[in-house]
Amino acid sequence: MPAVGIPPERDPPAFLAAPRAKLGLRIILAVVTMLFFLLLVAYTSRMQIADWRPLPEPGILWLNTGLLMLSSAALQWTKTAWRRGSFGGVRYALLSAGLLAVLFLAGQLLAWQQIRSSGYLLEGNPATSFFYLITLVHGLHLIGGLAAWLSTFVRFVRGNSLLRIRINIELCAVYWHFLLVVWLIFFGLMLST
Amino acid sequence: MSNVPYQEALALHDPTSYWTKYVFSQDHKWIAIQYTVTAVAVGMVALVMSWLMRLQLGFPGAFSFIDPSTYYQLVTMHGMIMVIYLLTAIFLGGFGNFLIPLMVGARDMVFPFVNMLSYWAYFLSVLVLMASLLVPGGPTGAGWTMYPPQAILPGTPGSGAGIVLMLVSLVLFIVAATMGGLNYVVTVLQARTRGMTMMRLPLSVWGILMATVLALLAFPALFVGAVMTLFDRLLGSSFFMPAVISMGKHLDYAGGSPILFQHIFWFFGHPEVYIVALPAFGIVSDLISVHSRKNIFGYRIMVWAIVIIGVLSFVVWAHHMYVSGMNPYFGFFFATTTLIIAVPTAIKVYNWVLTLWRGDIHLTVPMLFSIGFVSSFTIGGLTGLFLGNVTIDLPLSDTYFVVAHFHMVMGVSPILVVFGGIYHWYPKITGRMLNDTWGKIHFWFTFLGTYAIYFPMHYLGFVGMPRRYHAYDGYEFIPESAQDLNAFITISALMVGVAQFIFLYNLYWSYRNGRVAGPNPWNAASLEWQTPQTPPVHGNWGPKLPTVYRWPYDYSVPGADQDFIPQTQPPGSAFGMPGHTDGVPLPEGGKA
Repeated sequence: MPAVGIPPERDPPAFLAAPRAKLGLRIILAVVTMLFFLLLVAYTSRMQIADWRPLPEPGILWLNTGLLMLSSAALQWTKTAWRRGSFGGVRYALLSAGLLAVLFLAGQLLAWQQIRSSGYLLEGNPATSFFYLITLVHGLHLIGGLAAWLSTFVRFVRGNSLLRIRINIELCAVYWHFLLVVWLIFFGLMLST
Repeated sequence: MSNVPYQEALALHDPTSYWTKYVFSQDHKWIAIQYTVTAVAVGMVALVMSWLMRLQLGFPGAFSFIDPSTYYQLVTMHGMIMVIYLLTAIFLGGFGNFLIPLMVGARDMVFPFVNMLSYWAYFLSVLVLMASLLVPGGPTGAGWTMYPPQAILPGTPGSGAGIVLMLVSLVLFIVAATMGGLNYVVTVLQARTRGMTMMRLPLSVWGILMATVLALLAFPALFVGAVMTLFDRLLGSSFFMPAVISMGKHLDYAGGSPILFQHIFWFFGHPEVYIVALPAFGIVSDLISVHSRKNIFGYRIMVWAIVIIGVLSFVVWAHHMYVSGMNPYFGFFFATTTLIIAVPTAIKVYNWVLTLWRGDIHLTVPMLFSIGFVSSFTIGGLTGLFLGNVTIDLPLSDTYFVVAHFHMVMGVSPILVVFGGIYHWYPKITGRMLNDTWGKIHFWFTFLGTYAIYFPMHYLGFVGMPRRYHAYDGYEFIPESAQDLNAFITISALMVGVAQFIFLYNLYWSYRNGRVAGPNPWNAASLEWQTPQTPPVHGNWGPKLPTVYRWPYDYSVPGADQDFIPQTQPPGSAFGMPGHTDGVPLPEGGKA
């Protein structure tokens, strides 16, 4: 029989000590990692089949990659500005992070159009199909992130203060970095094939 | 736990309007009821579908409206509903929602709003699924595994709107399960009350927790499979679709890999078995312990067995694909991992039996269902050892032996636990007991009836009767007597189905007329029976959260005043004997 009584308070392991919202985000990231991992597995195993023709990478994808990196960096900057207590810094950094992300999405749409107009239809070639599928799933995840960003921004503007948005900024930053890494992996995979 | 003061300080906003209390409720107990009622309702649809299938098989041709297409649609919808929309939803959404906060001593789930969204996403997925029954062409008849290419080609029933709605419904379900799962995991890890260590959690919580982890990591595979199939079906991509000549016409598909779909599907599909089995393992452990008035045998090893089974369930998936053809070493690997899983599973069975051994067994209705589970699960598990071997699986695959195996192990067994759990916790949910006589009738019809259905199917499988056939005319290798057995099975199935309506009526009747239960009718030690009100009110615990001093299995402790000691009872105070310390060293000069 296990001992009775109240066990002495012990510090929980670091990954459990995080605030609930943070733990929640980590669980979501685990699920999303699984999702993209399986897409990666499907991508690489479908690549082995003879009808795979690599896709021409439109130049705009480089621009989009740059935009997403800047967006991610802007959220990191928001964090720093929050720590310094700079109200104006948080405002500009947070706003530009969101706008850059929207620009990235617009750029992805443009990339879709360019690929389509150069004759690579979704149904034509598995590489193209995967390109549409993966950019779609990735974009939808970013749109989900933008919803969280929007609620943070609204809270910040309404409350007109830095209070109560620290955790939101941190979570947005982690999520953005995560989606950037996912994008870099898939973009790298596209370039290498 | 470091979050307790925060949780005690948390202001709870009591719902005020009808809508926020009964429809868009954020209270975990009400969401649990919503999940359960929806799951049972859709499960009854699947039950009637199984009746129709059995009528065709038992009395071929007697019901002319069941043509081959309809038969395949019935098979598909029956399987999909039972596995996903009934069992998964009722264990995680129903039992998980009700039990987790009450058993860990929390006021509610950690993210109540997300929890509410989870139910409504599930409800929407059920609506989309039911809509597929009404569209032209009917629901999909591709089988619950939905293998391409046949799932989306004309010629398969429901290849028009049916399969699209099925896939969309699954995507919605996955969203719902993920939102719910997020809550269950964070609540168990971070909202436990003071003194409730992980190793003091009831096994129900452990089972549901591990099943949730499996769901969170396995459902993405189904998501990927469903979305890629939707792309193939709607947008003309060739992820899974090979070059196909359909009805004399070359289709535009080329190069896709149907085997890839099978891998993705079963990477979800096998853990799915354990998503419904692990909560059943956990719940049945608690029922057996309470109703035999003994602590569960080998608590720690039971916890580790749940964890190990969960981990191993991710590396056995290809044993569903032996007939798809694979490298022999690959087959050897998956056969080995499959057989290894039998070790922790067998440990669990031994421990249930050893808990019963010399226990003070009360043959209450929940106990009957629990013992029934141990029996049916052992039978179903043993036939799994047959099928896990490549050489035995090849001839038996696609026969009724497989149907018998998976119904025993993941159909009958978990549903017996669902029933046991409902009989056990109904008094906490409603404040009244379910009628005992009707409960026993329900049990015996269900238990003996399911044996009458599935036991003969093993023999049908051995004589080679293939599954998924609409009729068996002109197969000379099947003896004519097989038809008698099929008729017998059908009659058993009808009777088992009727018994479920008795159960539903009992749920309804007892809600008004059942014996008033009191707070703890089974004299159980775990936390959910120690709430200040029965049924528990919004917030569960009144002004102060409970403090936990012991594990949930203190039954028949020698020298204790009662034959159970609630988890909230402080050390020493459960004993009338002077000087009894309850195993706690006293401070210097202290008195018991």
